[in-house]
Amino acid sequence: MINRQFFFKGYKSIFAPDSPAIALGCCFIAIGALLKNLGFNIQESIFSTMLTYALPGSLVMAESLLVGASLLNIFLAVWFVNARLYPMAVSLFPLMMHKNQPKWKYYFSCHFIAVSAWLIMKSNYKTVPKKQRIDFWIGIGSATWSVAVLGTFIGFYFSEYLNKDMMMGLAILNPVYFLCMMVGASKTIQITLSVILGTILGPIFYFLSPEWSILLGGIIGGTIAYFIGELNVS
Amino acid sequence: MSVSIFYAILVTSLATFISRLLGAISSQGIKETSKLFKWFNCLAYATLAALIARTIIFPAGVLIDASYLSRIIVVVLSLVVFFVSKQNYVYPTVFSALCMAAINNYF
Repeated sequence: MINRQFFFKGYKSIFAPDSPAIALGCCFIAIGALLKNLGFNIQESIFSTMLTYALPGSLVMAESLLVGASLLNIFLAVWFVNARLYPMAVSLFPLMMHKNQPKWKYYFSCHFIAVSAWLIMKSNYKTVPKKQRIDFWIGIGSATWSVAVLGTFIGFYFSEYLNKDMMMGLAILNPVYFLCMMVGASKTIQITLSVILGTILGPIFYFLSPEWSILLGGIIGGTIAYFIGELNVS
Repeated sequence: MSVSIFYAILVTSLATFISRLLGAISSQGIKETSKLFKWFNCLAYATLAALIARTIIFPAGVLIDASYLSRIIVVVLSLVVFFVSKQNYVYPTVFSALCMAAINNYF
Protein backbone atom coordinates (compact mmCIF):
# COMPACT_ATOMS: atom_id res chain seq x y z
CA MET A 1 0.00 0.00 0.00
CA ILE A 2 1.06 3.61 0.46
CA ASN A 3 4.18 4.29 2.50
CA ARG A 4 2.97 6.54 5.31
CA GLN A 5 6.29 8.19 5.99
CA PHE A 6 6.68 9.47 2.44
CA PHE A 7 2.98 10.18 2.04
CA PHE A 8 3.06 12.53 5.02
CA LYS A 9 6.38 13.99 3.91
CA GLY A 10 4.63 14.96 0.69
CA TYR A 11 1.50 16.10 2.49
CA LYS A 12 3.52 18.37 4.79
CA SER A 13 5.01 20.15 1.78
CA ILE A 14 2.05 22.54 1.86
CA PHE A 15 3.28 23.80 5.23
CA ALA A 16 6.69 24.76 3.83
CA PRO A 17 7.63 28.47 3.92
CA ASP A 18 7.31 28.75 0.14
CA SER A 19 4.25 26.54 -0.06
CA PRO A 20 1.62 27.11 -2.75
CA ALA A 21 -1.16 26.49 -0.22
CA ILE A 22 -2.00 30.17 0.30
CA ALA A 23 -2.04 30.97 -3.42
CA LEU A 24 -3.93 27.84 -4.34
CA GLY A 25 -6.44 28.28 -1.52
CA CYS A 26 -7.11 31.91 -2.47
CA CYS A 27 -7.68 30.95 -6.10
CA PHE A 28 -10.21 28.32 -5.14
CA ILE A 29 -11.88 30.83 -2.81
CA ALA A 30 -12.43 32.89 -5.96
CA ILE A 31 -13.74 29.78 -7.77
CA GLY A 32 -16.12 28.98 -4.89
CA ALA A 33 -17.51 32.50 -5.00
CA LEU A 34 -17.83 32.36 -8.79
CA LEU A 35 -19.67 29.04 -8.74
CA LYS A 36 -22.09 30.33 -6.12
CA ASN A 37 -22.82 33.38 -8.28
CA LEU A 38 -23.50 31.02 -11.19
CA GLY A 39 -26.19 29.21 -9.23
CA PHE A 40 -24.25 26.14 -8.05
CA ASN A 41 -25.20 24.78 -4.64
CA ILE A 42 -22.52 23.83 -2.11
CA GLN A 43 -22.52 20.13 -3.06
CA GLU A 44 -22.13 20.92 -6.76
CA SER A 45 -19.33 23.41 -6.05
CA ILE A 46 -17.40 20.96 -3.89
CA PHE A 47 -17.86 18.09 -6.35
CA SER A 48 -16.80 20.31 -9.22
CA THR A 49 -13.49 21.04 -7.48
CA MET A 50 -13.03 17.45 -6.31
CA LEU A 51 -13.65 15.93 -9.73
CA THR A 52 -12.04 18.56 -11.94
CA TYR A 53 -9.28 19.99 -9.73
CA ALA A 54 -7.96 22.30 -12.44
CA LEU A 55 -8.52 26.04 -12.24
CA PRO A 56 -8.63 26.96 -15.94
CA GLY A 57 -11.00 24.06 -16.64
CA SER A 58 -13.38 25.22 -13.92
CA LEU A 59 -13.26 28.77 -15.25
CA VAL A 60 -14.00 27.59 -18.78
CA MET A 61 -16.93 25.51 -17.55
CA ALA A 62 -18.29 28.52 -15.65
CA GLU A 63 -17.95 30.82 -18.67
CA SER A 64 -19.51 28.24 -20.97
CA LEU A 65 -22.48 27.78 -18.66
CA LEU A 66 -22.95 31.55 -18.57
CA VAL A 67 -23.20 31.81 -22.34
CA GLY A 68 -25.45 28.74 -22.58
CA ALA A 69 -22.98 26.44 -24.33
CA SER A 70 -23.87 22.81 -25.07
CA LEU A 71 -22.29 19.85 -23.24
CA LEU A 72 -20.20 19.07 -26.33
CA ASN A 73 -18.93 22.65 -26.41
CA ILE A 74 -18.03 22.48 -22.74
CA PHE A 75 -16.26 19.15 -23.20
CA LEU A 76 -14.15 20.38 -26.13
CA ALA A 77 -13.33 23.75 -24.54
CA VAL A 78 -12.24 22.14 -21.27
CA TRP A 79 -10.30 19.44 -23.09
CA PHE A 80 -8.34 22.01 -25.12
CA VAL A 81 -7.62 24.17 -22.08
CA ASN A 82 -6.60 21.21 -19.94
CA ALA A 83 -4.66 19.38 -22.65
CA ARG A 84 -1.58 20.96 -21.06
CA LEU A 85 -1.95 18.27 -18.37
CA TYR A 86 -0.81 15.65 -20.90
CA PRO A 87 2.80 16.87 -21.34
CA MET A 88 2.88 17.64 -17.62
CA ALA A 89 2.01 14.01 -16.85
CA VAL A 90 4.50 12.64 -19.40
CA SER A 91 7.26 14.80 -17.95
CA LEU A 92 6.48 13.76 -14.37
CA PHE A 93 5.58 10.06 -14.23
CA PRO A 94 8.91 8.69 -15.56
CA LEU A 95 10.54 10.29 -12.49
CA MET A 96 8.32 8.16 -10.24
CA MET A 97 8.12 4.86 -12.12
CA HIS A 98 9.40 1.88 -10.14
CA LYS A 99 8.89 -1.78 -10.96
CA ASN A 100 8.01 -2.68 -7.35
CA GLN A 101 5.13 -0.22 -7.18
CA PRO A 102 1.63 -1.29 -8.33
CA LYS A 103 0.23 0.35 -11.46
CA TRP A 104 -3.00 1.47 -9.77
CA LYS A 105 -1.06 4.06 -7.79
CA TYR A 106 -0.02 5.78 -11.00
CA TYR A 107 -3.48 5.68 -12.57
CA PHE A 108 -5.13 6.84 -9.37
CA SER A 109 -2.67 9.63 -8.65
CA CYS A 110 -2.74 11.10 -12.17
CA HIS A 111 -5.82 13.00 -10.97
CA PHE A 112 -3.48 15.14 -8.84
CA ILE A 113 -1.62 16.49 -11.89
CA ALA A 114 -2.07 20.24 -11.59
CA VAL A 115 0.36 23.14 -11.83
CA SER A 116 0.99 23.65 -8.12
CA ALA A 117 1.48 19.96 -7.23
CA TRP A 118 3.55 19.42 -10.40
CA LEU A 119 5.90 22.30 -9.61
CA ILE A 120 6.35 21.15 -5.98
CA MET A 121 7.16 17.61 -7.14
CA LYS A 122 9.54 18.83 -9.83
CA SER A 123 11.56 20.81 -7.30
CA ASN A 124 11.59 18.11 -4.59
CA TYR A 125 11.70 14.69 -6.26
CA LYS A 126 15.48 14.36 -5.95
CA THR A 127 15.19 14.38 -2.15
CA VAL A 128 13.12 11.16 -2.22
CA PRO A 129 14.30 7.62 -3.18
CA LYS A 130 12.81 6.60 -6.52
CA LYS A 131 10.79 3.73 -5.08
CA GLN A 132 8.94 6.04 -2.68
CA ARG A 133 8.42 8.96 -5.04
CA ILE A 134 4.92 7.84 -5.99
CA ASP A 135 3.87 7.83 -2.30
CA PHE A 136 5.46 11.24 -1.85
CA TRP A 137 3.56 12.43 -4.93
CA ILE A 138 0.24 11.08 -3.62
CA GLY A 139 0.93 13.02 -0.40
CA ILE A 140 1.57 16.27 -2.30
CA GLY A 141 -1.49 15.72 -4.49
CA SER A 142 -3.77 14.93 -1.53
CA ALA A 143 -2.57 18.06 0.25
CA THR A 144 -3.09 20.46 -2.64
CA TRP A 145 -6.40 18.79 -3.48
CA SER A 146 -7.58 19.26 0.14
CA VAL A 147 -6.60 22.93 0.01
CA ALA A 148 -8.56 23.35 -3.24
CA VAL A 149 -11.68 21.77 -1.74
CA LEU A 150 -11.38 23.83 1.45
CA GLY A 151 -10.87 27.01 -0.59
CA THR A 152 -13.99 26.31 -2.64
CA PHE A 153 -15.97 25.77 0.57
CA ILE A 154 -14.74 29.05 2.07
CA GLY A 155 -15.31 30.95 -1.18
CA PHE A 156 -18.85 29.63 -1.47
CA TYR A 157 -19.87 30.76 2.01
CA PHE A 158 -17.87 34.01 2.12
CA SER A 159 -18.66 35.23 -1.38
CA GLU A 160 -21.17 37.79 -0.13
CA TYR A 161 -18.43 39.42 1.96
CA LEU A 162 -16.02 39.72 -0.97
CA ASN A 163 -16.29 42.82 -3.14
CA LYS A 164 -15.11 43.02 -6.75
CA ASP A 165 -11.68 44.48 -5.88
CA MET A 166 -11.01 41.63 -3.48
CA MET A 167 -12.09 39.08 -6.08
CA MET A 168 -9.66 40.66 -8.58
CA GLY A 169 -6.91 40.43 -5.98
CA LEU A 170 -7.65 36.73 -5.49
CA ALA A 171 -7.77 36.13 -9.24
CA ILE A 172 -4.33 37.66 -10.01
CA LEU A 173 -2.69 35.76 -7.18
CA ASN A 174 -2.51 32.40 -8.94
CA PRO A 175 -0.86 33.49 -12.22
CA VAL A 176 1.66 35.56 -10.25
CA TYR A 177 2.46 32.61 -8.02
CA PHE A 178 2.89 30.27 -10.99
CA LEU A 179 4.98 32.86 -12.81
CA CYS A 180 7.34 33.17 -9.83
CA MET A 181 7.63 29.38 -9.56
CA MET A 182 8.42 29.11 -13.27
CA VAL A 183 11.06 31.85 -13.06
CA GLY A 184 12.51 30.08 -10.01
CA ALA A 185 12.59 26.77 -11.91
CA SER A 186 14.38 28.27 -14.92
CA LYS A 187 17.82 26.87 -14.16
CA THR A 188 18.76 25.32 -17.51
CA ILE A 189 18.82 26.82 -20.99
CA GLN A 190 16.02 24.52 -22.15
CA ILE A 191 13.64 25.38 -19.33
CA THR A 192 14.47 29.10 -19.38
CA LEU A 193 13.86 29.26 -23.13
CA SER A 194 10.69 27.18 -22.79
CA VAL A 195 9.31 29.66 -20.25
CA ILE A 196 10.30 32.73 -22.31
CA LEU A 197 9.02 31.36 -25.64
CA GLY A 198 5.80 30.05 -24.09
CA THR A 199 5.16 33.46 -22.52
CA ILE A 200 5.66 35.22 -25.86
CA LEU A 201 3.97 32.73 -28.19
CA GLY A 202 0.90 31.94 -26.05
CA PRO A 203 -0.61 35.44 -26.33
CA ILE A 204 0.52 35.79 -29.99
CA PHE A 205 -1.32 32.60 -31.00
CA TYR A 206 -4.38 33.89 -29.17
CA PHE A 207 -4.96 36.19 -32.15
CA LEU A 208 -5.00 33.18 -34.47
CA SER A 209 -7.04 30.82 -32.32
CA PRO A 210 -8.03 31.49 -28.69
CA GLU A 211 -8.88 27.80 -28.14
CA TRP A 212 -5.55 26.48 -29.43
CA SER A 213 -3.28 29.31 -28.31
CA ILE A 214 -1.99 27.61 -25.15
CA LEU A 215 -1.25 24.31 -26.85
CA LEU A 216 0.29 25.91 -29.94
CA GLY A 217 2.41 28.25 -27.84
CA GLY A 218 3.52 25.31 -25.69
CA ILE A 219 4.28 22.89 -28.50
CA ILE A 220 6.11 25.35 -30.75
CA GLY A 221 7.88 27.24 -27.95
CA GLY A 222 8.85 24.03 -26.13
CA THR A 223 10.12 22.34 -29.31
CA ILE A 224 12.26 25.34 -30.29
CA ALA A 225 13.65 25.51 -26.74
CA TYR A 226 14.41 21.78 -26.79
CA PHE A 227 16.37 21.95 -30.05
CA ILE A 228 18.29 25.08 -29.04
CA GLY A 229 19.17 23.40 -25.74
CA GLU A 230 20.31 20.22 -27.49
CA LEU A 231 22.44 22.20 -29.97
CA ASN A 232 24.00 24.09 -27.09
CA VAL A 233 24.93 20.88 -25.28
CA SER A 234 26.45 19.23 -28.34
CA MET B 1 -28.74 27.90 -18.19
CA SER B 2 -29.31 25.47 -21.04
CA VAL B 3 -27.52 22.45 -19.58
CA SER B 4 -27.73 21.00 -16.13
CA ILE B 5 -24.94 21.79 -13.72
CA PHE B 6 -24.60 18.13 -12.83
CA TYR B 7 -23.84 17.08 -16.41
CA ALA B 8 -21.55 20.09 -16.91
CA ILE B 9 -19.48 18.98 -13.91
CA LEU B 10 -19.30 15.40 -15.21
CA VAL B 11 -18.29 16.48 -18.70
CA THR B 12 -15.68 18.91 -17.32
CA SER B 13 -14.13 16.29 -15.06
CA LEU B 14 -14.06 13.72 -17.86
CA ALA B 15 -12.41 16.15 -20.29
CA THR B 16 -9.80 16.95 -17.65
CA PHE B 17 -9.11 13.38 -16.58
CA ILE B 18 -8.55 12.14 -20.15
CA SER B 19 -5.36 14.20 -20.57
CA ARG B 20 -4.07 13.14 -17.15
CA LEU B 21 -4.72 9.44 -17.70
CA LEU B 22 -3.32 9.40 -21.25
CA GLY B 23 -0.21 11.12 -19.93
CA ALA B 24 0.20 8.54 -17.16
CA ILE B 25 -0.30 5.62 -19.57
CA SER B 26 1.94 6.87 -22.36
CA SER B 27 4.75 7.87 -20.00
CA GLN B 28 5.33 4.25 -18.94
CA GLY B 29 7.86 3.45 -21.63
CA ILE B 30 9.73 6.73 -21.32
CA LYS B 31 12.98 6.94 -19.35
CA GLU B 32 13.76 10.13 -17.47
CA THR B 33 17.13 10.39 -19.20
CA SER B 34 15.68 10.04 -22.72
CA LYS B 35 15.42 12.81 -25.28
CA LEU B 36 11.68 12.27 -25.50
CA PHE B 37 11.36 13.00 -21.78
CA LYS B 38 13.44 16.19 -22.14
CA TRP B 39 11.25 17.30 -25.04
CA PHE B 40 8.04 16.72 -23.07
CA ASN B 41 9.58 18.61 -20.15
CA CYS B 42 10.14 21.61 -22.44
CA LEU B 43 6.59 21.28 -23.80
CA ALA B 44 5.17 21.24 -20.28
CA TYR B 45 7.07 24.35 -19.15
CA ALA B 46 6.29 26.24 -22.36
CA THR B 47 2.60 25.29 -22.17
CA LEU B 48 2.40 26.48 -18.59
CA ALA B 49 4.13 29.74 -19.48
CA ALA B 50 1.68 30.21 -22.37
CA LEU B 51 -1.23 29.58 -20.01
CA ILE B 52 0.04 32.10 -17.45
CA ALA B 53 0.73 34.76 -20.08
CA ARG B 54 -2.72 34.25 -21.57
CA THR B 55 -4.37 34.41 -18.14
CA ILE B 56 -2.72 37.76 -17.49
CA ILE B 57 -3.06 39.33 -20.96
CA PHE B 58 -6.38 37.80 -22.06
CA PRO B 59 -8.01 36.85 -18.76
CA ALA B 60 -11.30 35.14 -18.07
CA GLY B 61 -13.54 35.78 -15.06
CA VAL B 62 -13.29 38.85 -12.85
CA LEU B 63 -9.85 39.88 -14.14
CA ILE B 64 -11.49 41.05 -17.37
CA ASP B 65 -12.66 44.13 -15.48
CA ALA B 66 -9.15 45.04 -14.32
CA SER B 67 -7.39 47.28 -16.82
CA TYR B 68 -4.57 45.86 -18.94
CA LEU B 69 -2.16 48.41 -17.43
CA SER B 70 -3.08 47.48 -13.86
CA ARG B 71 -2.48 43.79 -14.55
CA ILE B 72 0.94 44.47 -16.09
CA ILE B 73 1.93 46.82 -13.24
CA VAL B 74 0.95 44.22 -10.63
CA VAL B 75 2.88 41.44 -12.39
CA VAL B 76 6.03 43.54 -12.89
CA LEU B 77 6.00 44.80 -9.27
CA SER B 78 5.40 41.26 -8.00
CA LEU B 79 8.41 40.00 -9.95
CA VAL B 80 10.49 42.81 -8.40
CA VAL B 81 9.31 41.68 -4.94
CA PHE B 82 10.17 38.09 -5.91
CA PHE B 83 13.77 38.98 -6.73
CA VAL B 84 14.19 41.44 -3.83
CA SER B 85 12.93 38.78 -1.39
CA LYS B 86 15.57 36.34 -2.72
CA GLN B 87 13.06 34.29 -4.70
CA ASN B 88 10.54 33.78 -1.93
CA TYR B 89 7.18 32.68 -3.39
CA VAL B 90 4.85 33.87 -0.65
CA TYR B 91 5.73 37.61 -0.51
CA PRO B 92 5.15 38.38 -4.21
CA THR B 93 1.96 36.31 -4.25
CA VAL B 94 0.38 38.05 -1.27
CA PHE B 95 1.68 41.39 -2.57
CA SER B 96 0.02 40.82 -5.96
CA ALA B 97 -3.42 40.31 -4.41
CA LEU B 98 -3.15 43.38 -2.18
CA CYS B 99 -1.69 45.50 -4.99
CA MET B 100 -4.40 44.51 -7.47
CA ALA B 101 -7.19 45.18 -4.98
CA ALA B 102 -5.66 48.56 -4.03
CA ILE B 103 -5.08 49.70 -7.63
CA ASN B 104 -8.63 48.86 -8.65
CA ASN B 105 -10.06 50.47 -5.56
CA TYR B 106 -8.20 53.77 -5.85
CA PHE B 107 -7.75 54.25 -9.61
